[in-house]
Amino acid sequence: MVLSAADATHVHTVLDHVKGHEDTYGAEALNRTFTSHPQTKTYFHGKDLAENSAYLHSHGKKVMSALVNASAHCDNIYGALDKLSDMHAHELMVDPANFPILAHNILVTLAIHLPQVLTPACHVSLDKFLCEVGDALTHKYR
Amino acid sequence: MTLTAADKALVVALWGKISGQTEALGAEALFRLFTCFGQSKTYFSHFDLSQGSADLKRHGAKVLGALGEAASHLDNLPQALSKLSDLHAYNLRVDPANFQLLSHSIQVTLAAHFPADFTPEAQSAWDKFISAVSGVLTSKYR
Repeated sequence: MVLSAADATHVHTVLDHVKGHEDTYGAEALNRTFTSHPQTKTYFHGKDLAENSAYLHSHGKKVMSALVNASAHCDNIYGALDKLSDMHAHELMVDPANFPILAHNILVTLAIHLPQVLTPACHVSLDKFLCEVGDALTHKYR
Repeated sequence: MTLTAADKALVVALWGKISGQTEALGAEALFRLFTCFGQSKTYFSHFDLSQGSADLKRHGAKVLGALGEAASHLDNLPQALSKLSDLHAYNLRVDPANFQLLSHSIQVTLAAHFPADFTPEAQSAWDKFISAVSGVLTSKYR
């Protein structure tokens, strides 16, 4: 997965609009993920996953903030996510199949809130970016 | 794939709003599909796939129209979609992987145009619905 200069520009454009809304958008993306694909809740035993719960907001903020940070390093996403990559490989071990599911729900959430920003061109760039992030977080599994 | 009564109600409700714009929405969903997942263009070498083209509008209306037809036969999708199922199995032979890509593209399009209606519950219902339709369309492949 190679992100072109145009892709990087599109990713920045979209994620600039996410800044300041990391917790709201993150909570919504997670809620949509858990609603459409309940098997993903397996990694969150004991957490309050009700829509708009404090946990969803705090975890959603974590996830979206990590994406915003990674977007500042589109030419070195693996490097930017190195610590998170270790965490996913040795601690969390989220099945790689779940990353496209989360990516889909992030894109739906962004389409809900930023319909004019998520043009088809931005959509494909963000999809590529989220694929690369998923790869970066799962590449140390084995 | 089993649609609950609540799922069915959500599918029918949103279809009510979609039915008046199948050309524009269908064209956008297809354009997002072809932009994000270039491999899907392989089945359309005879089409003008540029944004807003007459081909995209006509075919987009056909695709969403079929979903609308399915929405009014939710209790008997195999029979309602039998002819389309034959078409896909013996004629078109669209690789089953593409149905998920189209589902994603349709969902992002719906999210962008109906932010208030495409709630997490509606998204889940439509994800299941499109999945069920896709299952019928690929059921006779082998």
